[in-house]
Amino acid sequence: MENTYYNPADLKKFGNIAEWDKNLAAKFFDYYGDVFKEGDLTAREKSLIALAVAHAIQCPYCIDAYTTDSLEKGATEKGMMEAIHVAAAIRGGASLVHGVMMMNKAKKLSM
Amino acid sequence: MIKSLHARHHQLANQQKQVEWLSNGIFKNGSLPTFQEKLESVQHFPLRPTTLEIFQVNVGYMCNQVCKHCHVDAGPDRKEIMTRETMQQCVEVLRQHKIKTLDITGGAPEMNPDFRWFVQEAKQAGVQEIIVRSNLTIIMANPKYYDLPEFFRDHQVRVCSSLPFYNADKTDRQRGVGVFQSSIQALQKLNAVGYGKPETGLVLDLVYNPTGAFLPANQQQLEQDFKKELREKFNIAFNNLFTITNIPISRYLDFLIETDNYEDYMEKLVNAFNPAAVPGVMCRNTISVDWQGNLFDCDFNQMLGLPVAENSSSHISHFNMEQLAKRNIVINQHCFACTAGAGSSCQGATI
Repeated sequence: MENTYYNPADLKKFGNIAEWDKNLAAKFFDYYGDVFKEGDLTAREKSLIALAVAHAIQCPYCIDAYTTDSLEKGATEKGMMEAIHVAAAIRGGASLVHGVMMMNKAKKLSM
Repeated sequence: MIKSLHARHHQLANQQKQVEWLSNGIFKNGSLPTFQEKLESVQHFPLRPTTLEIFQVNVGYMCNQVCKHCHVDAGPDRKEIMTRETMQQCVEVLRQHKIKTLDITGGAPEMNPDFRWFVQEAKQAGVQEIIVRSNLTIIMANPKYYDLPEFFRDHQVRVCSSLPFYNADKTDRQRGVGVFQSSIQALQKLNAVGYGKPETGLVLDLVYNPTGAFLPANQQQLEQDFKKELREKFNIAFNNLFTITNIPISRYLDFLIETDNYEDYMEKLVNAFNPAAVPGVMCRNTISVDWQGNLFDCDFNQMLGLPVAENSSSHISHFNMEQLAKRNIVINQHCFACTAGAGSSCQGATI
């Protein structure tokens, strides 16, 4: 293996996944392209969602790609940070809301 | 305020050095195709002019600002200024050939002492449209410029102004501290004399360019954003927003190299090459004139010292429309910026 698991240059090789399964890659990239087309959501909104998800799943390639893409969609830096806070709030909230489960269980066990 | 490359005696102040950067490295070792190869692949080489519609005159490189991305390397230290005699020659060409548009640029063109004279003469010569590329802050820079909005109005000048974003943060990072606030004041003064209001016919256009190593956003979408933000926050109106892709020359090239973005940016431009953007590139209907009267295919070629490839008509003093119409346009790798995505020109996106 390489010295590091992630290499920035690999992002540009994303399309190479087709080498070992052309059919499925083509289906995925077609779908991917359609997902990001302007729809009821603007291209900028979709880019900011992608940026937030990238941080939630902590994908370096996606963070690289969608930081650039958000800027190229005219997003402000503040707007981009707000998107990441949305991801953080959902992640944090997801932990905390399970607190109810913990409370339910603790109450059931306790006198 | 940062200093121009010239003031710093920077190696990129040398035009030849810039051309070397654009011709060597990733383009010479075959990592990326050259612009000529790309044009050949879509049957557009050599690139040929169409009808000359825009006569873009650079009246000097002096400017009150020193923007980080400036392709002219303009600044207060630049002393290159077009003389009235050369302007007179330009007016004669405009008159004789009935060229539709005079596009005056710089530097800050208003700093040329004969700027107003030039506008008046061009108007009298019957030029249909006179565009001034104003940096806005010049209007607020000195009492002698305070009446520029009235001067523009009286001569029906179309004002085209750079404003890279609708907030101070991004604008000032690129153009200097306080530029946004001063630009807003200037825009309000232009609005006050009727600019940007549909019923007056006085046209005020804004120019967006990315504040970094990335491509511009969709022009229509950004225009909506700018109009909403500037109206709601500052009660400012304007006509059109033009998005322009930053050209990898001069101070922007320096930025790309210094921040280790050069190769990625060039690759981005090459990958975004859009064959449909080629027919609309501005060099096909434009001639650019420098402060000494030399002729170029565009303002960018002017800054790289790449003159028109037509020796018999390379200076305003022996302007020959027929010969120029037969020329091949001079290209290099910086031209990828004009064919990326939705295309880019001094009139914004070309598609």
